[in-house]
Amino acid sequence: MSKSTLKMLAAFGYEVPTIDRGYAGQTLYVNVGSGTITAKPVTEDMKTKFIGGRGFDLWLLWHGVKDGTKWNDPENEVVISSGPCGGTTQYPGSGKSIAAAISPLTDVVIDSNAGGHFGPYLKFAGWDAIEVQGKAERDVVVYINGPGGQVQLWEVPEDCPTDTHVLGHWLLEQFADDEQDKQQLAFVTAGTGSEHTLMGCLNFSLYDRKRQDLRYKQAGRGGIGTVFRHKKIKALVVKGFPVKGNLNHPADLERIVRVGADMQREVATWDPVQNRMRSRGTSYLVQIMDDYDLLPVMNYKFGSHPETPKINGDIWEARYTQGLPDGCWYGCTVACAHAVDNWKVRTGPYKGSCVIVDGPEYETIAGVGSNCGIFEPWAILEMNFYCDTYGIDTISFGTGMAFAMECYEAGILDPEKTCGLELNFGNAEAALEVLHQMGRGEGFGLIFGLGIRKMKTYFIEHFGADPQFVNDIGMEAKGLEYSEYLTKESLAQQGGYGLTNKGPQHDEAWLIFMDQVNNELPTFEDKAEALHYFPMWRTWFGLCGFCKLPWNDVVDPKNKLSSEPQKIMHHVENYRQIFIGVTGQEITYDDIITQSERVYNLQRVFNIRLGHGLRDHDAIPYRSAGPVIEEEYHSREERYDQQLREWLNLDPAAMTVAEKMAAHRQYREDRYEGLIDAVYKRRGWTNNGVPTPEKLQALGIDYPEVVEVVKRHL
Amino acid sequence: MITINKRQQVTWYAGMTVQALLDALKYSYPHIIVTINGDLVKHDAYEQTTVPDEADVRVIHLIAGG
Ligand code: SF4
Repeated sequence: MSKSTLKMLAAFGYEVPTIDRGYAGQTLYVNVGSGTITAKPVTEDMKTKFIGGRGFDLWLLWHGVKDGTKWNDPENEVVISSGPCGGTTQYPGSGKSIAAAISPLTDVVIDSNAGGHFGPYLKFAGWDAIEVQGKAERDVVVYINGPGGQVQLWEVPEDCPTDTHVLGHWLLEQFADDEQDKQQLAFVTAGTGSEHTLMGCLNFSLYDRKRQDLRYKQAGRGGIGTVFRHKKIKALVVKGFPVKGNLNHPADLERIVRVGADMQREVATWDPVQNRMRSRGTSYLVQIMDDYDLLPVMNYKFGSHPETPKINGDIWEARYTQGLPDGCWYGCTVACAHAVDNWKVRTGPYKGSCVIVDGPEYETIAGVGSNCGIFEPWAILEMNFYCDTYGIDTISFGTGMAFAMECYEAGILDPEKTCGLELNFGNAEAALEVLHQMGRGEGFGLIFGLGIRKMKTYFIEHFGADPQFVNDIGMEAKGLEYSEYLTKESLAQQGGYGLTNKGPQHDEAWLIFMDQVNNELPTFEDKAEALHYFPMWRTWFGLCGFCKLPWNDVVDPKNKLSSEPQKIMHHVENYRQIFIGVTGQEITYDDIITQSERVYNLQRVFNIRLGHGLRDHDAIPYRSAGPVIEEEYHSREERYDQQLREWLNLDPAAMTVAEKMAAHRQYREDRYEGLIDAVYKRRGWTNNGVPTPEKLQALGIDYPEVVEVVKRHL
Repeated sequence: MITINKRQQVTWYAGMTVQALLDALKYSYPHIIVTINGDLVKHDAYEQTTVPDEADVRVIHLIAGG
């Protein structure tokens, strides 16, 4: 290790505990402002009630901040935890890290997960979570040296790079002496874009042994990278131990091996004839979404486009380097974390460099591609690379750019306001220039980097934009940009985005096919049940350290014959077995849902505590529910006219387009309110979206300070 | 006329196969369950199985992903 250029600010020695049934038994607290470094015990109550991962994040954050804490207050924290099953190598997708903080975009708690090695390495180095608070005066690195039993806070020199792909190599030089060291190191970093925008992401590294280079997975959502850089953290560095199959010291390794082997066989048998995740990753979804009119095109106006074949899964399969084990944690044979190697950068400060581009995944392709009317693979790759290295969330960037482009085409923006950029749909060069401005912290990139919610306010106040228009087309809720699915014809998915804790990210519920295509959720109650079960089930992945993709992206066809094929119960059973195998704690399917409900309800109360989290905050932009402009109506005129006849008993032939759109709007908005009523009831919340004291008591989270928050709203 | 998933009406024609119907609907997602009047149609029989007029066709997509 050569740290000659670094200045140590604080150090803390510790004895590395033996991991016991998935838990290290302590969490790490680092205050980068004061230099305080301490260990906190993990109590039995924490393990029973909050499990780990997102549950631990929230519990630590709850105690770390005050009622009025804002994202840029020093007491805001970045908390990262994997979970008891994180670091399992026998079952695919068991190494996720979950990060949380108060978000600069939403002003409430954001949680975001990522692959990479950091979370499991952190646990094996002796810590179930890391909680970073305070604000450093100058740039710092937190170094957790597991084998050395030391946590150190280092000030880095001014010439230390910030952008992730260069910073990663700098960190390797500082902290690795040899190839083995490189494999044992994992970093969390952000980038220059995180410094200048509110949509900063965190990059979680993994050292790719085959490529002998660093790769990165992103905890993209909600601006945690912005909080990170605001604290002047350049990187969190962990040095773990060589990975083996029993580092969790699980209660029943044999059970884990057996269940893992079954699943590995299922993946090997079915993936090649199903989604082909191992060769195409999630990019296979692009063409499917287009076929079903669900691919966001030009700021969610349309659901398909004739040029989609230029950016579909086949294109990316040909671009991704094939034949490498692209799992983002050891043992993940789904291996969907693909990359394009030797990409020669065409623009910006790294023009001419050959780099690895991690991805692009579906969300990035749809976000910076089709949603912006861009169907050029080179541009998608370039934006993917720069978003990652600048530390910018590709989803917020893509959805934000789609909004800006529509504003440009509607005359709200013009070259004078965009510093000369012609932001028409499809203008990849202009989109890239905005991205570089975000990296440099200048020009229109500074306004854009505020995110859609604040852009809307800015456009209204400074550019005279029509408030209703920008509110209708600005695809954000709670301040977070939508992820990349069209929801106009799926009320359940409108709720799947709107009735979330963190904002419109599809990891809570993704019900479009069940609702819109299969018609399996015809009533409000059916939709509410799905909006209870699936968000709770999906929350559980983030408590344990699991990735959701192996649950539903590779499935033995025998599942079709089960009584509830959408739940894929034989995989749920696998996860239950792995949880029991690691922790030794017997749980039922109902227990899984209850475990999630505790965390989910705590998060809701947390949002209320921060001044949000009520019914008003669950509103969605109208474009999420129906057509805002006539061009949109005309694109699906036959469908919409038929709906007027069938749903409202109206004669479209006797109506103007404006009248037809108004009738749709009233009907669709009323339905969304009806859905909210049904979902709140199912979740045990008041009509204003507040978890009742009885609900909190039933879940065992009726801590006085938690009940106190909800009582103010009853 | 046939009904898809208890909602959508599709004009029937003589000789309509399950595969032709799926193609016309642009139902390209591979994990689906197809039933005609309650009877399961096996995946490898989509090309040969014809859809009768007035049929109640269900095409359940097994995709809870995203
Ligand atoms: S399925 Fe893909 S995203 Fe999930 S852990 Fe495996 S490689 Fe990572």
